[in-house]
Amino acid sequence: MNLRSLRYLIPAALFAVIAAFLLLGLNPGRDPKEIPSPLIGKAAPGFELPRLAQSDALWTPASMRGKVWLLNVWASWCVPCLAEHPVLLQMSREATLPIVGLNYKDEPGAATAWLAKHGNPFMDVLADRNGRVGFDYGVYGVPETFLIDRTGVIRFKHVGPLTPDVVQARLLPMIRDLSK
Amino acid sequence: MSNTSLPPELPAQQAEALVRSERFRQLASELRCLVCQNQTLADSNAELAGDLRNEVLRQMAAGKNDDQIKAHLVARYGEFVLYRPTASPHNLALWAGPAVLAATGGLILWRLTRRRQALASVEMQHAQDEAALNQRLDELLNESGGQKKQKRP
Repeated sequence: MNLRSLRYLIPAALFAVIAAFLLLGLNPGRDPKEIPSPLIGKAAPGFELPRLAQSDALWTPASMRGKVWLLNVWASWCVPCLAEHPVLLQMSREATLPIVGLNYKDEPGAATAWLAKHGNPFMDVLADRNGRVGFDYGVYGVPETFLIDRTGVIRFKHVGPLTPDVVQARLLPMIRDLSK
Repeated sequence: MSNTSLPPELPAQQAEALVRSERFRQLASELRCLVCQNQTLADSNAELAGDLRNEVLRQMAAGKNDDQIKAHLVARYGEFVLYRPTASPHNLALWAGPAVLAATGGLILWRLTRRRQALASVEMQHAQDEAALNQRLDELLNESGGQKKQKRP
């Protein structure tokens, strides 16, 4: 390649690269706060937790073997959780799949009152009072939702409130696929 | 550093000694807080940062080395928690990018200056040739002028 063509190609290439990055930054679907989870495709970390406001037998994710299920991390102090709540209630009404709630760093009394007030979409609610299970799941911003397959592998994670769009476009197709 | 409580399962004295240690300061300043993304664990007052600092303390108390502690966090939060990315293949662009850019720029600069130099030396040659020609021309003109003067009277 001679210098004369380089003189035009280099600025054009630079422009293309800068334009591509700017375009990427303008994408409304892009959330710079979203961090790719290293847990996708890996076995969901095991744990033992009591159910909310109960001190009987501990709950473990192993009890969900053979089912496709959703682990939803929420708290009564979490405002965006209220925003996604109707979406969870809808999925629960339609019996889309079992939803297990992980009540993250919350007061059991406040959590129980919150569920009584806003409705309870959860098959089970687990009390992670000190957030240690949340830590094992890489939770950094409630609400977070994990889709776990029959063999106990995390297939999908959503950070932030679930929206009908996310459920329709991402979650439902994956659930259908995994349930085959 | 924030005032979040120390891990309750560690003896207070041990926890406080760990918090004051240079090693903890070093580790906490190399790990990123995930909610306030451009702050380190050492700088951040976010609750999550406090939790992660406590996790680092627990791991230190359990006798883990720095690499093990970092790996413990990376396994859960991804490489994003590291302020210094690892030199692994998927980070190649990150590490090699600046060197490649500098090398490309250097190459272009080198070729440009070489071309300039070549041009300049050609021009200098031209100038020298021209000067020599002018001189010769003057000499010829002078000679012929002299002859005319001699012939004309």
